[in-house]
Amino acid sequence: MAPAISLHSVIALAGRFPVLSGVDLEIETGSICVVLGANGAGKTSLLRLLAGLMSPSSGAATVLGLDLPEQAAQLRRQVGMLGHDVGLWDDLLPEENLRFALRAARLDPQAAPGALSRVHIEGRIARTPLGQLSEGQRRRVGLAWLYARRPHLWLLDEPHAGLDARTRLVVNELAEEAARGGATVVASSHEPELSVPMADMVVTMAGGAVVDVARGGRRREGGAADVA
Amino acid sequence: MWHEVDDVVKVVLQMWRDAWLVAGRDLRIELRSRVGLWQVLPFALLTLVLFAFALGPQPATLARSAPGLFWLAVLFSSVLAAQRSMAIEGTRATKDASRLLGLDPAGVFLGKVLALLLEIIALEAVLLLGVVLFFHVHVSSWPDLLASCVLAALGLCAADVLYGSLAGEARTRATLLPLLVLPAVAPVLIAGSKAFSEATSRGAGLGSRWLGILTVFALVYTAMGVILYGPLEES
Repeated sequence: MAPAISLHSVIALAGRFPVLSGVDLEIETGSICVVLGANGAGKTSLLRLLAGLMSPSSGAATVLGLDLPEQAAQLRRQVGMLGHDVGLWDDLLPEENLRFALRAARLDPQAAPGALSRVHIEGRIARTPLGQLSEGQRRRVGLAWLYARRPHLWLLDEPHAGLDARTRLVVNELAEEAARGGATVVASSHEPELSVPMADMVVTMAGGAVVDVARGGRRREGGAADVA
Repeated sequence: MWHEVDDVVKVVLQMWRDAWLVAGRDLRIELRSRVGLWQVLPFALLTLVLFAFALGPQPATLARSAPGLFWLAVLFSSVLAAQRSMAIEGTRATKDASRLLGLDPAGVFLGKVLALLLEIIALEAVLLLGVVLFFHVHVSSWPDLLASCVLAALGLCAADVLYGSLAGEARTRATLLPLLVLPAVAPVLIAGSKAFSEATSRGAGLGSRWLGILTVFALVYTAMGVILYGPLEES
């Protein structure tokens, strides 16, 4: 099977600053890849590049069989990304946000309530405008937004940050469920104790480049991944 | 040949579908936040009243100045409403979310223009009532006046959304947008005021050259927005 993600010597610039400086990386379809690294290592830039939101300035980048930057527009429709800021609309209710996203993605808006209850957004919280929810609740809505869209590539930027213990487990469950369904998951993390156990592959970045790749596989057998 | 026509029809239908979706979202946000009702509308009325204070209480002076005052109030308020409309797409994360949804950028532009247009037309209706009641204006041709209001509002909204996208992030937009928009929409101010004057004096007739100018302005800015909004958002 062709890899879901294939990057060769990819360099990406933010202005004149190289945020990715020669990234080589292959990630299998249907796998979960956790990206570790200090602040400024290039984790978020890597996710934005994989989403088609940032163009490589040199090198070869193919994501879900689509070449970047030429086919970025087609790629974006197949990608779901949960960033530090969930990027939804504060004056809309959680369900209105999801319905809008589903309609825009040509999916059934009836899936919205189910996706919200999957991340425990129900009752009074579901009837509160997003801007009035706590940071953790907002991230849960962002997660539901991702789950409802069922993208082929999940990009999670620090997915456990600001979440309670119960929802942290839900993040891992959803990522594993997506991978079992054939989607590829790439998650950046500062919390390896939470993210590495779900990983098939752990990538370490520093200075905008991949400095270590550890491939595991025990996740599928139900144990902790042997990727450390 | 027919396949190409079919493809074009699909693209256009998709664009309008996205436009309705975005317009519905923006209007829902506006209805819930009520920024237009509690901030933009009072600002417009205040502008009108302050100009009236500056001109003095003579009915003849007020009636003579009413067209210009009306359009200045609409112009300033439309910039304020556009700031709010663009703030909906304000953060990088929100823009990224929109891009990942695969919405047609031309559809997003048209949707934002439609939502803003409805708000500005509602604002014009209230201001028009104020001008007629308190500035002693007698309207002799309502169809011409209403046509000029709708055409001018469309041109203003298209220019506001286009320049709002050009003005970029929120921290610069607040100051940059008026600087970009106000000189560009001078033709609307002039043609709108003239059309208003004609409609309140002897009746313009739909062939009025001022209505023509407003139509051309609205079409040019709408077409420019449909073409340029996507590349501007990408950059």
